[in-house]
Amino acid sequence: MNGSTYLRYEMLRTLRNRRFLVFSLAFPLVLFFTIAGPNRHVQLGGIAFPLYYMTGMASWGTMTAVLSSGGRIAQERSVGWTRQMRITPLTTRSYFTAKVLSGYMMALFSIAALCLAGSAVGVRLTAVQWVTMIGLLLVGLIPFAVLGILLGHLLSVDSLGPALGGMTSLFALLGGSFGPIVTSGFLFSLVKCLPSYWLVQAAKSAIDGGGWPPAEAWIVLAVWTVVLARIASRVYQRDTARS
Amino acid sequence: MVIEIFVAKRTVPLTGKGTQLVEMGSGDPHYSDQPFEVHLPDDVVRDRVENVDSDEKTNGVIRLTDLRKSYGEVRAVRGVDVTIASGQTVAFLGPNGAGKTTTIDMMLGLVRPDSGNVSLFGLPPSDAVRAGAVGGMLQTGSLIEYLSVRELIKMVGSLYPHPLDLEEVLDLTGTGDIADRKTTKLSGGQTQRVRFAIALIADPDLLVLDEPTVALDVEGRRDFWNAMQAVTARGKTVIFATHYLEEADAYADRIILMARGQIVADGPPSEIKAKVGGRTIRASIPSVHRETLESIPGVVSASQHGEEIVLVCSDTASSDGALRDLLHRFPEARNIDVRGAGLEEAFLKLTSEDDVDSDAMDESR
Repeated sequence: MNGSTYLRYEMLRTLRNRRFLVFSLAFPLVLFFTIAGPNRHVQLGGIAFPLYYMTGMASWGTMTAVLSSGGRIAQERSVGWTRQMRITPLTTRSYFTAKVLSGYMMALFSIAALCLAGSAVGVRLTAVQWVTMIGLLLVGLIPFAVLGILLGHLLSVDSLGPALGGMTSLFALLGGSFGPIVTSGFLFSLVKCLPSYWLVQAAKSAIDGGGWPPAEAWIVLAVWTVVLARIASRVYQRDTARS
Repeated sequence: MVIEIFVAKRTVPLTGKGTQLVEMGSGDPHYSDQPFEVHLPDDVVRDRVENVDSDEKTNGVIRLTDLRKSYGEVRAVRGVDVTIASGQTVAFLGPNGAGKTTTIDMMLGLVRPDSGNVSLFGLPPSDAVRAGAVGGMLQTGSLIEYLSVRELIKMVGSLYPHPLDLEEVLDLTGTGDIADRKTTKLSGGQTQRVRFAIALIADPDLLVLDEPTVALDVEGRRDFWNAMQAVTARGKTVIFATHYLEEADAYADRIILMARGQIVADGPPSEIKAKVGGRTIRASIPSVHRETLESIPGVVSASQHGEEIVLVCSDTASSDGALRDLLHRFPEARNIDVRGAGLEEAFLKLTSEDDVDSDAMDESR
């Protein structure tokens, strides 16, 4: 079999989902222009505000993009399509790969849109900075891609919309996507355990001259990824055994 | 080493039912470079090859051995044993809750049996599915969004090693005129036809259809089976579940009658029809021998309780004849009642006799 045709149609389906385009592309863009636009000359923590806000919105938009693969998995489970796929030669791995890759494709669109918007309000970065920032964002999204698969098998279609919306908002808020958060004390040490904090920081640290993100960032992302993958695998097995 | 070599039984297209089979060797170009071959260690494959009956390889046998499945307290399938030869069209007939769908789900590897074994062409279901030898239309399920009918069928076809030509499938299933429509803009009947096309694009050796016509009106049902006959004419092995006796009778070579999780009858349609599709004549006749009643032409079986007699006939024609004969011989017959035996009723009758035995057996296990 040729997995590329399957992947191509998966991506096409993702692109044709308008509601999804609005949430992962339009919302962050609108927020960026309304908030970063008027504050384009403000400095925040040594970084120009538009740049600060661009990374924040990029982390939020991409998080929504990769998590939404969970919505599509739940949808396909609910109409019985997953069972139909299980009686084809498509492997479980290829099925999930297609979901994750189409989520990442949307994430790239979201990043591209925000980078263009950033340039429009005066964000200037070197080619290396752009590439590093985008690369680190993509790596930081890995735990969210796994979380999407997990939620897709855990929740029903009806509960998934609010759950995904609430979860991304909370992750984004606590991680610092929407604005500055606490920088010391007990709360800060909690925040530093969130993958969304490092998703935001990873992108910023590469830009403000701080070099690569600290080891702590990689550890937090790796632990979240491994733990979520374990749970997802268990939930997947329970789900397929029951049907 | 690749396990396709013993699934690689392809039927000759368009040569009628029960066609001869062609065994394909490992050198067949179809199977030379598929990316999704299942690679197993050589010793495992050797073991499997040795364990696979050579007859099963050539005949493409589907074998269910003492399948059992319970959901909590409900014993959905209670010991199903079936062997189906390649090229047969077999109907699983039974009322709702008979265990048809559970049996089919186990056959496809979607549900793991509590005990027992499924072998498709000598392979476990998951391997046969992986090799692309199986196409299925499940009882429930609809289509995914954001694709046209053509795109959806193409997408599924791309998963198989040797899919049928897309246009041919559109033509066969009567989906050509809706090919460019979105999958969400279809009527129930059209959706069902697209689901059939999805099962068919695989060009599978085994086609499994779980109540394929359940959502269709009379006309849709007729169209469906017309398309189906074009497929069975290609010598495919087809297994379908239905609760319509007429469908099973018209389109199957063999009917497996299920009730309460068990097979209660298995044979050619004429035989099954005689058992369940018959008509019963009830009447009150004083002092008559059961043997006399059974000797009446057209009567399959007769029973007697005091003056009350019950004659079972295989169909309307024989019950008409039997009734004339009966009135001729016993003009004194009263309270005459002739009716078609309902399928449910017939199932209950067929199962009630051996139910006690099987329950006792289950408990002794």
